[in-house]
Amino acid sequence: MQSHNQYFVPHGSYWPIVGSVGMASLLAGFASSLHGSALGSGAMVLGFGIIIFMVFGWMGQVVHESEAGTYNKQVDRSFRMSMAWFIFSEVMFFAAFFGALFYARNFSVPWLGGASNNFFTHQELWSDFKAVWPLIQMPDPSKFSVPKDIIHAWEIPAINTLCLLTSGATLTWAHWALLNNKRNQIIAGLAATIILGIIFLSLQALEYGEAYKHLDLKLSSGIYGSTFFMLTGFHGLHVTLGTIMLIVILMRVIRGHFNPENHFGFEGVAWYWHFVDVVWLGLFIFVYWL
Amino acid sequence: MATTTSDVQIDIDAHDAHHGPEKGLLRWVKTTNHKDIGTLYLWFAFTMLLIGGAMAMVIRAELFQPGLQLVEPQFFNQMTTLHGLIMVFGAIMPAFVGLANWQIPLMIGAPDMALPRMNNWSFWILPFAGVMLLSTLFMKGGGPAFGWTFYAPLSTTFAPESTDFFIFAIHMLGFSSIMGAINIIATVMNMRAPDMKLMDMPLFVWTWLITAFLLIAAMPVLAGAVTMMLTDRNFGTSFFDAAGGGDPVMFQHIFWFFGHPEVYIMILPAFGVISQIIPTFARKPLFGYSSMVYATASIALLSFVVWAHHMFLTGMPIAGQMYFMYATIMISVPTGVKVFNWVTTMWRGSLTFETPMLWAIAFVILFTIGGFSGLMLGIAPADIQYHDTYFVVAHFHYVLVTGALFSIIAAVYYWLPKWCGRMYNEKLARIHFWWAVISVNVLFFPQHFLGLAGMPRRIPDYATQFADFNMISSIGGFAFGSSFLLLTYIIVSCIRSGEPIEDERVWESAKGLEWTVATPAPYHTFNEPPQKDKILSESSHVGAH
Repeated sequence: MQSHNQYFVPHGSYWPIVGSVGMASLLAGFASSLHGSALGSGAMVLGFGIIIFMVFGWMGQVVHESEAGTYNKQVDRSFRMSMAWFIFSEVMFFAAFFGALFYARNFSVPWLGGASNNFFTHQELWSDFKAVWPLIQMPDPSKFSVPKDIIHAWEIPAINTLCLLTSGATLTWAHWALLNNKRNQIIAGLAATIILGIIFLSLQALEYGEAYKHLDLKLSSGIYGSTFFMLTGFHGLHVTLGTIMLIVILMRVIRGHFNPENHFGFEGVAWYWHFVDVVWLGLFIFVYWL
Repeated sequence: MATTTSDVQIDIDAHDAHHGPEKGLLRWVKTTNHKDIGTLYLWFAFTMLLIGGAMAMVIRAELFQPGLQLVEPQFFNQMTTLHGLIMVFGAIMPAFVGLANWQIPLMIGAPDMALPRMNNWSFWILPFAGVMLLSTLFMKGGGPAFGWTFYAPLSTTFAPESTDFFIFAIHMLGFSSIMGAINIIATVMNMRAPDMKLMDMPLFVWTWLITAFLLIAAMPVLAGAVTMMLTDRNFGTSFFDAAGGGDPVMFQHIFWFFGHPEVYIMILPAFGVISQIIPTFARKPLFGYSSMVYATASIALLSFVVWAHHMFLTGMPIAGQMYFMYATIMISVPTGVKVFNWVTTMWRGSLTFETPMLWAIAFVILFTIGGFSGLMLGIAPADIQYHDTYFVVAHFHYVLVTGALFSIIAAVYYWLPKWCGRMYNEKLARIHFWWAVISVNVLFFPQHFLGLAGMPRRIPDYATQFADFNMISSIGGFAFGSSFLLLTYIIVSCIRSGEPIEDERVWESAKGLEWTVATPAPYHTFNEPPQKDKILSESSHVGAH
């Protein structure tokens, strides 16, 4: 276990400060553009570009160092721990939005309808309001986009569930192939996963289009629309990110990166993909189905 | 696994290992050295402390007498809001991360943090976020004026445009905290000297490990809360709008699900600092080391199930109030374990009262006062009287100022000589201590009486029966505020021209691996991990022997 006791301490790096400048420009630009500043959207695009530049530059450097054999088992463990805890932080981020969904379904909507000790709340505020879920008719519909219908679970969402579950299996197949050094099967498994991810995203885009154009189900459709689009939207963003990361990993595999002993990049992305899968199951059950 | 460490190799270029830091200012921008980054964090936190403190001076000046004298009520509200936000996110949290950066690798015999480049990024987000937060004061409609808890609908429907900048500043601060916390967990779990077991770790390392877990669990929830605010404000969602089926009270639930762990994020590392200092100056091992570890973990876990004690007056069902009351009061058991362990460590010790010890003892006494007033606030029926009064203000300033901040000052006095190889002026430091500890009590103790008598918090004006105690409090406030000028002088003169010290140990009975490296601490330390016998002989608690 020689490598166990070798330390790796990298040199100074400009990537972090580049990332900070990009992040500040993106977010300050976003906030300004929300209030009609002409410079806002320009700063936003610039910041976004800087962040992309930083991610590719920084990650590229890490990939280069990894391929040059600079890292050891200890660095590998640090990466693994960090990725695991990062995914835990993502779980907690989604937990906030799931919490909002459960709170709306179990407390705020029934209470507005007079449940528990809220008889007078109901009488005083919106006495016509009926507490039902999915909430089509909000307490004060004049302020919101009232949907004609919602997205039903056993249509596109069910196909999407199938897509993501299958993609989890194809990714595990690729992982198995990596461990057994079967390069062609790694590529096949990864490519299948990416295609399934893209199918998922296309179907979700179709579903969003349907909701906005035909059903009037929008982000502004009361608490139902809010929780629906924020939860599925953030999830879709994560699938997009995961798909991009899988494409990078596929390109690295094609270039001959990774071996059965050393493939954290692959595994980190695989963990992320499985995490996104599990979030989808929660979404399918609690947002679409029940 | 063979644990021989003689064949250790260092994977840094030879020229890098032999001389110190790079020249020039850019060194600080690109540095990956934990000591550099710790220093950056500490100076950033100190700057923010002075800015937030200046805002507190505005608040106390306005409250010196009843009536409106100096500032507009709207500006007063901006001051209370930004004072809170800056002290929590800009001063206390970064100061503890700075201490963690300096000390954790030194205390566990590691060459650096696990992910040094990410460590740099965690810091370099902060100045941008801090500037974005402060810039809100100069925007149209003024800065956020809804209190540091930014309850909806004050922060959604009725808030100024600058609130969106505030939201993104919080996103950035959270991103920085999460990366910092991940780094600390990876460092402690993976970079520790191979022969150091978890239960050999100094308590400062233990408390930070647990704090890092709290950060990773709580900060994303805050990010979720401000994201919902953002979409409620700009994109038509109705999370906190009853007209769409949401609920403003839901904001409070989500906020305090973050907010209560947050207060332990600010106090657990303080417990760690005090648990390092008291054994040194009592010349005894820490009493009840393992119970300290378990108490810290218990406090951390309980912190996730007590959040609604901040919300007793929101019309919660009685069963909910009962649950949150009892769960809250349960926290006083592990906290009591800690206080008794500190006292028992001092019991029959060979006590000396160097400045760090003075601050540590003040911490134990004054934090306990804050703990007791917290117990009073945790009692649901009593909280009906105390809620949103100056009693709450007094409570959280006792735990955050005489608790968290005092521990940071204690830590700086304790470790600064090690960091810079120079001793501070002990005489001035004692004057500073007594100046601060007397004035802080003049400042905050009368606020208990004001609160019990019913003076509400976050107001620029008050009824005349509150005049005397407010004037006393303000006088204490100005005295306490000015004590930081002396602290600045003491620190700067120590770094520039303090008496040089050669002794590795610095303090006669200090134990811990950080005292085995040269003084001042070299730029690179522990290129080889320390051996088992050294780890055990440097342990400040009995369990390891």
